[in-house]
Amino acid sequence: MNPLLLGIFKRDMQIAFQQKAELVQPLMFLLMVVTLFPLGVSPSPETLQRIGPGVIWIAAILSSLLGMERLFRDDFIDGSLEQYTLSGMSLPAVATVKVLAHWLVSFVPLLILSPLLAMFLNLSVDMFIALMLTLLIGTPLLSLIGAIAVGLTVGLARGGLLLALLLIPVFIPLLIFATSAVDSAALQLPYHPQLAIIGAMLLLAAAAAPFAIAYSLKVSQN
Amino acid sequence: MWKWLHPYAKTENAYQLCVTLQPWLWLGALLCLAVGTVWGLAFAPQDYQQGDSFRIIYIHVPSAMLSMGTYVAMAIAALVGMVWQWRTAYMSMIAMAPVGAVMTFIALFTGAAWGKPMWGAWWVWDARLTSELILLFLYIGVIALYGAFEDKQQAGKAAGVMALVGVVNIPIIHYSVEWWNTLHQGATISKFDQPSIAPEMLWPLLISLFGFAFFIGAVTTVRLRSEIVRREMHRPWVQKLAQATSENS
Repeated sequence: MNPLLLGIFKRDMQIAFQQKAELVQPLMFLLMVVTLFPLGVSPSPETLQRIGPGVIWIAAILSSLLGMERLFRDDFIDGSLEQYTLSGMSLPAVATVKVLAHWLVSFVPLLILSPLLAMFLNLSVDMFIALMLTLLIGTPLLSLIGAIAVGLTVGLARGGLLLALLLIPVFIPLLIFATSAVDSAALQLPYHPQLAIIGAMLLLAAAAAPFAIAYSLKVSQN
Repeated sequence: MWKWLHPYAKTENAYQLCVTLQPWLWLGALLCLAVGTVWGLAFAPQDYQQGDSFRIIYIHVPSAMLSMGTYVAMAIAALVGMVWQWRTAYMSMIAMAPVGAVMTFIALFTGAAWGKPMWGAWWVWDARLTSELILLFLYIGVIALYGAFEDKQQAGKAAGVMALVGVVNIPIIHYSVEWWNTLHQGATISKFDQPSIAPEMLWPLLISLFGFAFFIGAVTTVRLRSEIVRREMHRPWVQKLAQATSENS
């Protein structure tokens, strides 16, 4: 791997682990949103099992929106993004590396937290395995697609809410397929078709998104 | 092959094209909408199951089809703007956006009004309805993103990226009927080999579809003209135009 890209990756990881609050807060938010559902809807195990997969996925999407801005904001403000653009490195490659680092620090903890969430919402073991698989394939998609919108809104003074407005509709197909996979698992049905569709969306995003991110970063820097 | 298109990258030529096209589009819209709606609402035969309430199809189906069509047109305009660096392409994209959003709203509204007597509910979470609602959200996203930028040149590019990302949603809308196969009736007129609609009902529907298309075109040219004038205020040709208009009035 290109040493410069490796350097960016290491730097991003180091910064993320130094700002532990920013790392933990979206996770706490996720946990609290999930807690609200038994209180607000019903604590009965059957109901929780019925709505559980959707609740976990919705909470994951919402909490990812909170942390998403961090992807490019600091680099944009301190000017390092401009340096990346000017350095002659391929900007799509830089974007890919940054998205990878973002996924590792914001979604891998979520995967580690997911057994707890599954337990809270009374998911069966089959459902939990399906949930883990959908999170594993689906969350990189959140990072990749989210990065495009972050790239577009990074130069705006109040981009946070706009970011949610732009991204929530785009994430809906993922939510539909992910929850339907877990629902199939609950009924002991095969759920690999849904996983295959999510996987196809991920591959498409992995191929196209880096260029879209690079383009949107260029637009933002004018 | 693209030679005839290139002059319209210049705002002045695009403006003149709008001026030329506009009366024809209005004429087409007026004729087709008048014929299509009067034929459809008053003279087309009743549906043997749904009675007269099916007649809203003459507004519902054209607006639903064109809400998607307008989005695709926006995405194409965005792509053209990106590839050839045309400012006019971004301008026409953003001229189309609110028109398409209103079409989506009309489709949702007439769908709700149709759903109440047929399904007994204003709204059901059927795949097609949901996709249409998502389409409305996508339009709102593009419009909001465009509005958030001070520099409209930059705004056009940013909204264009978002329009292209959203266009991935269009096939999902289209195939959702087959994928989820729920309450909403299957497509009626896209099956050209053997349409599942009587020809006496099909003709007014097609005519009002063209009427809606002309109408969207007409409103878009009006909006594009004002967008060009607003953005090119400092150009001599716009100032000359403004002078000529104020002398006439």
